[in-house]
Amino acid sequence: MNHEFVEKNLPLMVVLIVFAISFGFLVEIVPLFFSKQTNEPIQGLKPLTALQLEGRDIYIREGCNTCHSQMIRPFRAETERYGHYSVAGESVYDHPFLWGSKRTGPDLARVGGRYSDEWHKAHLYNPRDVVPESNMPAFPWLFEQRVNAEDTPKKIATLQTLGVPYTDEDIASASDSVMINGQPAYEIDALVAYLQNLGLLLKYKR
Amino acid sequence: MTSFWSGWVIVLTTVSIALVTWVLFANRKTEVRDENDRTTGHVYDGIEEYDNPLPAWWFKMFVLTIIFGIGYLIAFPGMGNFKGVLGWTSVGQWQSEMDYANERLQPILEGYAATDMDELASNAAAMKMGARIFANNCAQCHGSDARGAYGFPNLTDSDWLYGSDQQTLMTTILHGRQAAMPPWQTILGDEGIKNVAAYVISLSGRQADPERVAAGQPQYMAMCVACHGPDGTGNKFMGAPNLTDNVWLYGGSPAMIAHTLRAGRNGRMPAFKDLLQEPKIHVVAAYVKSLSNK
Repeated sequence: MNHEFVEKNLPLMVVLIVFAISFGFLVEIVPLFFSKQTNEPIQGLKPLTALQLEGRDIYIREGCNTCHSQMIRPFRAETERYGHYSVAGESVYDHPFLWGSKRTGPDLARVGGRYSDEWHKAHLYNPRDVVPESNMPAFPWLFEQRVNAEDTPKKIATLQTLGVPYTDEDIASASDSVMINGQPAYEIDALVAYLQNLGLLLKYKR
Repeated sequence: MTSFWSGWVIVLTTVSIALVTWVLFANRKTEVRDENDRTTGHVYDGIEEYDNPLPAWWFKMFVLTIIFGIGYLIAFPGMGNFKGVLGWTSVGQWQSEMDYANERLQPILEGYAATDMDELASNAAAMKMGARIFANNCAQCHGSDARGAYGFPNLTDSDWLYGSDQQTLMTTILHGRQAAMPPWQTILGDEGIKNVAAYVISLSGRQADPERVAAGQPQYMAMCVACHGPDGTGNKFMGAPNLTDNVWLYGGSPAMIAHTLRAGRNGRMPAFKDLLQEPKIHVVAAYVKSLSNK
């Protein structure tokens, strides 16, 4: 094909450019859609509870994932500090996943159980109260705002259509599950429930 | 990966390398039609293209990257299910890092674990390791200076909820602690809370309304005595704090003491058995012990 011919036919050039740059996508990404390793949940993985799911949405809303990754890489320096390296099967129910690559704060992939609920509450209310050198923002409004229990069933139904194994019962009981003492839970309770559930399945002794 | 996707990856990778190579060589030189006029005959908007071949250094670099790519695909995993002749995996690399470190750490840690904590405190290398473990695992709650925070005990003073002997420290860190002070609001009522708070304040030798102290004393003796003891010095088996030493985990003002009484307290220290292993816990416990009573 003549150089001149390609350069003077824009649509053809567009097609050829797309063809040229599609190889990386076809080779590196497309097979993962069909790979067992990336699609099969690890043993014991359960979808988040309604309250944890609300907490995850608050995590996303407040942009926690812009400073905290959820991806422990297989290096000794990482596994000594954070625990077992992350595997793909842990995030098959995450839509979207929150792996991230930016760590202004520590990785949170296995933060579950590492601190008490009280610590998380004190820390999120004002990080400087417990970690004086911290530069994390404070999130005091989480202690005043309540989760919107009406949206919870819709969120679970959406995730169900995306293939997360929620049952119809989960959807029916979703609004009740985010109630504490007859009122929708405070956002802080949902967020702490989510954090305390992170990365509990894979244990590795440091 | 199934053999279909393995084949898919192998074929597409091979085709793309072949195409890149073809494009490179096809553009290397343009046929010059006339020795006197060294333009390529390629005209656009009246601009003619002169025959400038690809610079040799650039061309050679490109060839080198192609050769490197082929060499990489032979040595490392990349061609579908082909594992590469080096047998490299990311988990294998991690494992060899771990084995290398453990091989050197194991004897050191074993030596530390067999050493008494007080003796370990004078070992500078062990204390450096302890400080690192502390910074990574304990400082978030107890502070990087170990002075604690509201609700999280100061580890540098001489006041210990559960005790600071070697065995107790190990138990605390290995298995964690769960404090359990119940809320008293419904039992004591508003007045009762104020009275007991006044009595608790008087226990540490501070001034409090004598009438309230007198009214609070029998209530203290009925409800608080089981954990905090008749003289208020607490009980280390339950982690019930000493109320007479004027060290306050949740604040010692009348308002804070009343709040503690009303709502109860359930401080929790997580278990580190699974996070760290016993030898490392021994080292960090020795470090914590060395900070105390100074």
